[in-house]
Amino acid sequence: MAEIERHEYDVVVVGAGGAGLRAAIEAHARGAKTAIVCKSLLGKAHTVMAEGGIAAALGNVWPEDNWQVHFRDTMRGGKLLNNWRMAQLHAQEAPDRVLELEEWGALFDRTKDGLILQRDFGGHRYARLAHVGDRTGLEMIRTLQDAAVAQGIDVFMECTLRHLLTDGERVTGAIGYWRQSGKLIAFGAKAVVLATGGVGKAWRVTSNSWGYTGDGIAMALEAGADLIDMEMTQFHPTGMVWPPSVRGLLVTEGVRGDGGTLRNKSGERFMFNYIPAFFRADTAETEKEADAWYEDKRNNRRTPDLLPRDEVARAINSEVKAGRGTEHGGVFLDIATRRSADYIKRRLPSMYHQFKELADVDITKQQMEIGPTLHYIMGGIRVDPDTAAATVSGLYAAGEVAAGMHGANRLGGNSLSDLLVFGRRAGEAAAEHAKRTRAPKIDDAQMGAFAQRIEAPFEKGRDENPYKIHSELQDTMQELVGIIRRRDELEEGLARLDRLRARAARASVTGSRIYNPGWHLALDLENLIGVSEAVTRSALIREESRGGHTREDYPKTDAVWGTKNVVSRRRDGRLTITTEPIPKVPAELGALLGEDKPSGEAATGARTPVAAGDD
Amino acid sequence: MPDVQVWVWRGDASGGDFLPYKVAADEGMVVLDVVHRIQAEKAPDLAVRWNCKAGKCGSCSAEINGHPKLMCMTRMNEFPAGEHITVSPVKTFPVIKDLVTDVSFNYEKAKTIPPFKPKPKDPDGKRRMYQEDVERVQEFHKCIECFLCQDVCHVIRDHEENKESFSGPRFFVRLAALEMHPLDANDRIDLIRAKHGLGFCNITKCCTEVCPEDIHITDNAIIPLKERVVSAHYDPLAWALRRIRRKREEFTPPGPPSA
Repeated sequence: MAEIERHEYDVVVVGAGGAGLRAAIEAHARGAKTAIVCKSLLGKAHTVMAEGGIAAALGNVWPEDNWQVHFRDTMRGGKLLNNWRMAQLHAQEAPDRVLELEEWGALFDRTKDGLILQRDFGGHRYARLAHVGDRTGLEMIRTLQDAAVAQGIDVFMECTLRHLLTDGERVTGAIGYWRQSGKLIAFGAKAVVLATGGVGKAWRVTSNSWGYTGDGIAMALEAGADLIDMEMTQFHPTGMVWPPSVRGLLVTEGVRGDGGTLRNKSGERFMFNYIPAFFRADTAETEKEADAWYEDKRNNRRTPDLLPRDEVARAINSEVKAGRGTEHGGVFLDIATRRSADYIKRRLPSMYHQFKELADVDITKQQMEIGPTLHYIMGGIRVDPDTAAATVSGLYAAGEVAAGMHGANRLGGNSLSDLLVFGRRAGEAAAEHAKRTRAPKIDDAQMGAFAQRIEAPFEKGRDENPYKIHSELQDTMQELVGIIRRRDELEEGLARLDRLRARAARASVTGSRIYNPGWHLALDLENLIGVSEAVTRSALIREESRGGHTREDYPKTDAVWGTKNVVSRRRDGRLTITTEPIPKVPAELGALLGEDKPSGEAATGARTPVAAGDD
Repeated sequence: MPDVQVWVWRGDASGGDFLPYKVAADEGMVVLDVVHRIQAEKAPDLAVRWNCKAGKCGSCSAEINGHPKLMCMTRMNEFPAGEHITVSPVKTFPVIKDLVTDVSFNYEKAKTIPPFKPKPKDPDGKRRMYQEDVERVQEFHKCIECFLCQDVCHVIRDHEENKESFSGPRFFVRLAALEMHPLDANDRIDLIRAKHGLGFCNITKCCTEVCPEDIHITDNAIIPLKERVVSAHYDPLAWALRRIRRKREEFTPPGPPSA
């Protein structure tokens, strides 16, 4: 067996985005010997790209806002598939977590009274998002990064963990490799917190960055943990569509929150044609009322441009399918008509910069061309709502890698708050678990087998280009497991995934072990394909349309399916998919949600996301 | 679309050279797209650091025709047809492989900065700051830690020996952000002079010119810090008051990761 660098910790946190950093800070503060292990440089995790803000019912702009309303909005936005307890804890604790960032030096935009300013976002009844222009994620990650460094927490940067170590009952650590040297490294740990984010890099058109390869989801699955609701993927309605180089790049919902309007190629504000019954009571029915809302939010209902993301993404998809899209297969987003150039540059500086530099579009004068882009996965590792514990002892998960909080569709702004609320809870629970736990014994045979798998791509006789396989995977998921799904296409998707898996097992590497991206990708493929299979098989089993999962062959939301989680687990090397009842909302919380249920026909439109167009 | 050709520096700590690569061009393409295409089609082990490809994470810093830039924000159509285009690793930090350098200098310097320490809250338990007061610090918080300002800074670019006693523009921005933070109660002025080497900077503004976030590093961070250092150390009254108050707490930087 190759030589393996060894470390021992109480708590190993995998991933250094918002959830991982917050978990590590908490575990360290509670006395646990804590390591942060991240595969990029510190401060480069996907959280840095978050734009619009952190949702928290601070009540600074709307005093009538409170956790109950935030809970209601989150559950209704999630089409009531959310884990109610997570949604409750999140709504209750988000304000404290935001104020804590301020204690650590974050500088949010201010109200006239000097408090944290809050902005409007889709699906939130009140202006609720604490923000810093359109670079809120940068402020959050840098604040947490500096806090973690100031506490002296050990950080292992550019270190990719590939497999969890287990002893049959519990997690005992993890093994991976240093990206820079290519050398193997293993951690013994009493508790492991996974905070590795999502899997957007399985799709062609995505707002996600390099690192989103489903590592934590795949590692948990391999270690025997349950996943839930893997079919629930979020297509953000507004990604850039042109030029090809930037297709999928995120355009913040803050553009619409701050006055941007969606139009089709004829200039029609088409969102008025797509207001579902479930949101009708809260939504303006005429352009006049929607326009008046920007000036007087108390006496008018909000514009349908700010319906939850799943609704807007499907509407755009349908417009393009009907031939009412733009030249490059998107629709228009216009803020120049309503807002001054100064306002746009102050509120949305990075959007201004991004369009100007990368698309030669001046958004203070011209319309943006946008279309849906894979942005987030609501599904992931099944966790206990209070402790973020996965179903394998010693394993915890927080942030996008975990599931339940957002149900079938996440509201904008609820991700950054999720990272903080459940990052802290995971760190706390992991540290407490470590206190009650003996030092783990690493199974050398298991570790050796994993080490061999990590080194396998260097073996002779392999003949597949990992970049080519990855590209074909992205086409497969984009074409067959996109916004609108149907049985025959999902089945075709599974068949293609099988073939890709077989080819990935022959992925070859050239060059040395020193900083070798071809090798890293060859290893990432297994995670990407494994998680894609869980998404596709879960999508096949859920025979209804709800939130981020729309079936052309089952276009209606189904009350019975509304009571079920789709559970994925690996047993004897095979992925099994079952359904289990979702925890029932207690009566006093249920009363906050209203009597009505999501229902009716989803706008299925085209089967492939609009932005997939020409490539 | 025609092909594009770029010369990419390939090598490691022991040396290397520019190699030509020709790939198909796309409309709107940036240098990082070209590098990715080279990886996929010609050189699968070509080392490059990147994350977001949106100018937000600051990972893909390199020197393009010798100019420090983010590869993801440098459009290929900036170059006239036929121009010889080179892509090389940033010069100030040691090469690991190809376009990837060892930037740990920056992460070590970060550990030596006394952290934010908030003043007491308002009597009602809230914190109030006004937009005009936070705005000048928000400019510094735009920093994406691409370290291009560090790369271009001549104090360390050609002078390895200065690295120990000079933290570089990135950390002057960080220190300015902390010193000008409306709620911060820590005092770093002595440290800025003695440990971070502010005096080495002779305000040539190279850092400001390469900043992809348009932070006015020299005018808004470095010069005001220099003024603070001067008034603290060379104004006798301020100097005496500081001696009496001694409000700076001793700061012990966190140690390196335990092995």
